[in-house]
Amino acid sequence: MSTESTIAAENRREPWFRRLPVVSHFNKSVGLQRGMLVTGLILTAIFLLTAVFAPLIAPYGFAQISDADGGFPAQQAPGGKHLLGTTVGGYDVFSRVVWGAQTAAMVIVVAVIMSIFIGVILGLVSGYIGGWLDRILVVIADAVYAFPSLLVAIVMAIVISGGRSSLWGGILAAAISITVVFIPQYFRVIRAETIRLKAEPFVESAKVVGASNVRIMTRHIYRNATRTLPLIFTLNASEAILTLAGLGFLGFGIEPTSAAEWGFDLNKALSDTTSGIWWTGVFPGLAIVLTVVGLTLVGESINDLNDPRLRGRKKASGKAGTNIAGSNAAGPGPATAAPTAEVSTS
Amino acid sequence: MTTLIEAPPSDADGLMPTKKKSSGGGLGQYILIRFLLIFPTILILVTLVFFLMRITGDPITAALGGRLPPEQLAERIHSAGYDRPIFVQYFEYLGQLITGNFGTTLSDNRQVSEMLTTYGAATLELSINALLVALVVGIPLGMVAAHRRDKAPDAVLRIFAILCYATPVFFAGMLLKLTFSVWLGWLPVAGRAKTSTELALTALSAPTGIYWLDSLRSGNMAALGDVTAHAVLPAVALGLLTAGIFLRLVRTNVIGTLGKDYVEAGRSRGVSEYRLVTKHAYKPALIPIITVMGLQIAVMLGGAVLTETTFEWKGLGFQLATYLTARDFVAVQGIVVLLAVIVAVTNFIVDIVAALIDPRVRY
Repeated sequence: MSTESTIAAENRREPWFRRLPVVSHFNKSVGLQRGMLVTGLILTAIFLLTAVFAPLIAPYGFAQISDADGGFPAQQAPGGKHLLGTTVGGYDVFSRVVWGAQTAAMVIVVAVIMSIFIGVILGLVSGYIGGWLDRILVVIADAVYAFPSLLVAIVMAIVISGGRSSLWGGILAAAISITVVFIPQYFRVIRAETIRLKAEPFVESAKVVGASNVRIMTRHIYRNATRTLPLIFTLNASEAILTLAGLGFLGFGIEPTSAAEWGFDLNKALSDTTSGIWWTGVFPGLAIVLTVVGLTLVGESINDLNDPRLRGRKKASGKAGTNIAGSNAAGPGPATAAPTAEVSTS
Repeated sequence: MTTLIEAPPSDADGLMPTKKKSSGGGLGQYILIRFLLIFPTILILVTLVFFLMRITGDPITAALGGRLPPEQLAERIHSAGYDRPIFVQYFEYLGQLITGNFGTTLSDNRQVSEMLTTYGAATLELSINALLVALVVGIPLGMVAAHRRDKAPDAVLRIFAILCYATPVFFAGMLLKLTFSVWLGWLPVAGRAKTSTELALTALSAPTGIYWLDSLRSGNMAALGDVTAHAVLPAVALGLLTAGIFLRLVRTNVIGTLGKDYVEAGRSRGVSEYRLVTKHAYKPALIPIITVMGLQIAVMLGGAVLTETTFEWKGLGFQLATYLTARDFVAVQGIVVLLAVIVAVTNFIVDIVAALIDPRVRY
């Protein structure tokens, strides 16, 4: 993945396999923390492998409602030919769950890469140049950030595709909708770091030596400001899955004939629940939960391991990690909360 | 010689408007600035939403395109004024918003403002219920996790918090429905109340639209029971999402304050561990929760859209989903703008409360 290579490039001292973010984190971890990291990695690996090898794993296509033996029965209970049963429309639930992993992975990769790219550039420029440009960008980012992210995504989905579309159109629409939600987050983090770094002596000395603004931004500040990105990446990947599922659940997903999408399947399963048909909804739902748990565990462990005060040690964990208010922890709540607290105090 | 005078700084700051950051700025000034900041936030969101929605075309084509012959479509667009320059429409829309006129929905021809007040109460009720669930579940469990840090209860609670966050509200709602309504049959499947209760409550004079309040006022205990039974599952589904976040926040902050000297001093004086966690360490840990609660309102409104759809809870979110399906973008725009106002105002209130509690927050 691209983030791994950026990180690897940062640190030139150790052999390459030790520099990889996850490997180095694994070596630092002990006990419960290692358990959480490993669980997260396993879940994430299952998700990624399922996404990549979906055509091999899934017994049927995502839109297939019949095979050589004839049409699939509707709402068949799990077991036999259909491992996890079939839906009201005759789709095979297991196949759709597997294909759904592929859709989710594509959307995440496109969305997070786009938002990192745009967010980082805007954050660097805004923080480094400052002035009126900075003020306008901050006000807009704050307004978008404070707004319910699902609604931002809905508005964007309307703009891009008028609601629904084909496989790539749908993936792109969902990805762009999610991107717009996340740009403010990257923007804020990078901008805050840039402003802090701008005052550092090494930037000043670069200026004295005669480095251009672009060079200072891309070489001196960028390298230092993007250290927290892998963390935000994993946390946002999980949020991207939830946003995609939310969009799909509201009917803004991708048409069932062009791709499988977990949120859309849950929406269709909603009416089944009252008649006690559970398999159409429970399995795509579990797929979402397990994927998000996996990504969150990885992100959270990386976060804890990056912070020496939170890093578990074999014995001396008694007083470590005190006096850190909202910043340390763990996950979406405080991680998203911290920037606001910062804004309201500044 | 102003530098020599250490007089009340608030007065001096009042006289110097050019000074950007007042060192000791008064609370009144902070509230005023913070209040004025609401308007640009709302204006930006309204502007963004308006122009973004219009990139796709006019609302009438979106709603009725393909179902009407082109001449009729053009005539309706003309009579609604959508063929005029976009900026004329924009300023007209802003003017209408100021007077509280949100337009008329296209799909069912209702006043958007009337629709907002009718369904806003239901969303408000759901959000309050969910917030209660989140606070009742999240804060005590967070204190337990902090107290038993790195022990088994802490590990279990942290996993619980992650699961709360990782489960989409509509999936949580579906599981709750399956378990408690379909299999156990304890609670109703969907809706805000039985039809008979709804009729009784709407027949009241000046109903608030918040059902438990209405049934309490009219002393209708059967209705209150029915309304409560309907409210439990949606509130839990939406509340758990936020409960996980509160849990982690309380845990982190209580751990932080538990290491402080004054807690140690209390411990050395023989104050019980229970009292130390619930009284001494807990109160300072509340301030960040209030700040985060403002953000959570936004998360909760987003979640309410999904929860309401899951439970057919006839509030703004349910309507939003319905209008989205009908491609009625006038109504969608109205709901989005109202939610923007709610978010901006709650953030304002939260900032003021935070400033009242903690003077360091003030500008």
